[in-house]
Amino acid sequence: MVNEIIKLEGLTLKNPVMTASGTFGYGLEYADFINLEDLGGVVVKGTTLHHREGNPYPRMAETPSGMLNAVGLQNKGVDYFVQHIYPAIKDIKTNMIVNVSGSTIDDYVAAAEKINELDNIPAIELNVSCPNVKQGGMAFGITCAGIQQVVTAVRKAYKKHLIVKLSPNVGNIAEIAVAAESCGADSVSLINTLLGMAVDAETRRPKLSTVSGGLSGACVKPVALRMVWQVYKAVKIPVIGLGGISSATDAVEFMLAGASAIQIGTANFIDPAISVKVARGIVEYCERHGFANVSDLTGALQQ
Amino acid sequence: MKNMKTISKLEIIIKKCYGNVVFFLLRGDSPLPDITAGQFVQMRVENNPNVYLRRPISIHDVDYQNNTVSFLIQEIGEGTCSLGALAEGNAIDVVWPLGKGFTIANKGDKVLLVGGGIGIAPLLYLGKKLKENDVDPVFLLGGRSAKDLVRLEEYNGIGEVFITTNDGTLGEKGFVTQHTLWNDRSFDRCYVCGPLPMMKAVAGMAKMKNVWCEVSLENLMACGLGACLCCVENTVDGNVCVCKEGPVFNINKLLW
Ligand SMILES: Cc1cc2nc3c(=O)[nH]c(=O)nc-3n(C[C@H](O)[C@H](O)[C@H](O)COP(=O)(O)OP(=O)(O)OC[C@H]3O[C@@H](n4cnc5c(N)ncnc54)[C@H](O)[C@@H]3O)c2cc1C
Ligand SMILES: Cc1cc2nc3c(=O)[nH]c(=O)nc-3n(C[C@H](O)[C@H](O)[C@H](O)COP(=O)(O)O)c2cc1C
Ligand code: FES
Repeated sequence: MVNEIIKLEGLTLKNPVMTASGTFGYGLEYADFINLEDLGGVVVKGTTLHHREGNPYPRMAETPSGMLNAVGLQNKGVDYFVQHIYPAIKDIKTNMIVNVSGSTIDDYVAAAEKINELDNIPAIELNVSCPNVKQGGMAFGITCAGIQQVVTAVRKAYKKHLIVKLSPNVGNIAEIAVAAESCGADSVSLINTLLGMAVDAETRRPKLSTVSGGLSGACVKPVALRMVWQVYKAVKIPVIGLGGISSATDAVEFMLAGASAIQIGTANFIDPAISVKVARGIVEYCERHGFANVSDLTGALQQ
Repeated sequence: MKNMKTISKLEIIIKKCYGNVVFFLLRGDSPLPDITAGQFVQMRVENNPNVYLRRPISIHDVDYQNNTVSFLIQEIGEGTCSLGALAEGNAIDVVWPLGKGFTIANKGDKVLLVGGGIGIAPLLYLGKKLKENDVDPVFLLGGRSAKDLVRLEEYNGIGEVFITTNDGTLGEKGFVTQHTLWNDRSFDRCYVCGPLPMMKAVAGMAKMKNVWCEVSLENLMACGLGACLCCVENTVDGNVCVCKEGPVFNINKLLW
């Protein structure tokens, strides 16, 4: 029996597999396909203090082995979440984690404070890396000073596990991770989407209403893996790896490169049951390779 | 529970080609789920590594007795061409049934089903469901040319069929909105599926004549499950997911 439990500073996961924000709704959208309680965690849709309509259509374009999106944090705001969505998800026995976004420090803090009050939300994931809104936090996520400001402020307001989600659209991601750690992040997750663009040659128009958007899916995996490795070497807090994970082998690669847990995003669109298959596949890998604990995979890269 | 969404492997039993439109009749590996006319599936394209996301395709017909379901696929790009290249005996991986379908009219209502191009696909099962409810469907089907209008015998089998083609090779020459039927008859309800400009034109006619009207939208989709918010349409209720709240909408919800 392989022990699947993963412990991240005050947050215990049944297994290392979580689903990534913005790709899994509130979890309920996938409840027909999998038992949500078989997951280590579900990171729900990006939530902001106020209601946001998001960007105009078209918001997506398929690209080789991936896709671009420009959803722009459409959500009904944190109060709506607390009143209408939380009651529907609070009894799901897995870690239901809220992804929090904002355009000002005060917005982040106000949203985090409200979620801090919810007993069955054990963690938030601070999205300082959304490329799709002008002040969607990416402004905070791309400089050390910005990340220090927002993490320090939210840390004061939020008492439970604080994950900081990093943007890959930076020169030195390890520096940014260290800044988040020094200001009280309990863990970091990476990567958010890579900035990209798609053009329709026939119509000579951009494919997204916002011209550029966030690239995700299998095509980003090598970039994400490299960044997880760099960040793992630079920080002491746990690293949650994501970006293009589509199979158990992908997930194992991220763990070997230093991830304590992983998230699955775009791959859910291709196989709505992929998340639990990955969790099972990681156990099989451990059996095959003689690992007693899934957590032993973290950083086990041999050089 | 029968009304749950599921992932199925459907085996191709019959394939027929009509120019660039392929008809597939598939058999389920388990009993079919409950399907409403106008719902769709997300097909995985496993025979082409260049195609990453699933492709949304409407349910064309359902036969519970034989546990079969059929689709009409127009080959317009890599995904649909690869699907169209599959042969009898191959399987297609589908996530289904997705979205909200058409509202079935009341017994005795006079209904018009307007289809353009491949948009005729979901109207066959809709016609059958209407007929089951003692509503006689009248079809108005439009294409660029006669060869675009496939399986007309099936539509003829369940209701009156009127045709327009842009080149005049079949039925009246012109667009569906120009058909003389609009002057001769009146309807209580109108269901529309086809290219956007055509649906907007028909919706405009329906509004003018004060006829209840539902249209089926074809927005770009990633998940098909209401999870990613990529497929939104701006409506009187703000941005809503076409894959979950639609693809069928009453035109009074749309900002057309
Ligand atoms: C609810 C719904 C029902 C549909 N029913 C049918 C049907 O019964 N028969 C049929 O032939 N087609 C149907 N379509 C359209 C079909 O999904 C597209 O033709 C198909 O996705 C094109 O893929 P491709 O790879 O061949 O083309 P490409 O142009 O190479 O596709 C590139 C990208 O654009 C998307 N895309 C391109 N055209 C459309 C379109 N019209 N609608 C949505 N996405 C598009 C593709 O999914 C892909 O992500 C339906 C679409 C929707 C949303
Ligand atoms: C449609 C879509 C919406 C997303 N929305 C959010 C979001 O609200 N908040 C966030 O932190 N990340 C969001 N992301 C980024 C993903 O959580 C993830 O970081 C990224 O897609 C890379 O992982 P993947 O390749 O496994 O999808 C979104 C991604 C997609 C494709
Ligand atoms: S396609 Fe994902 S929400 Fe509609």
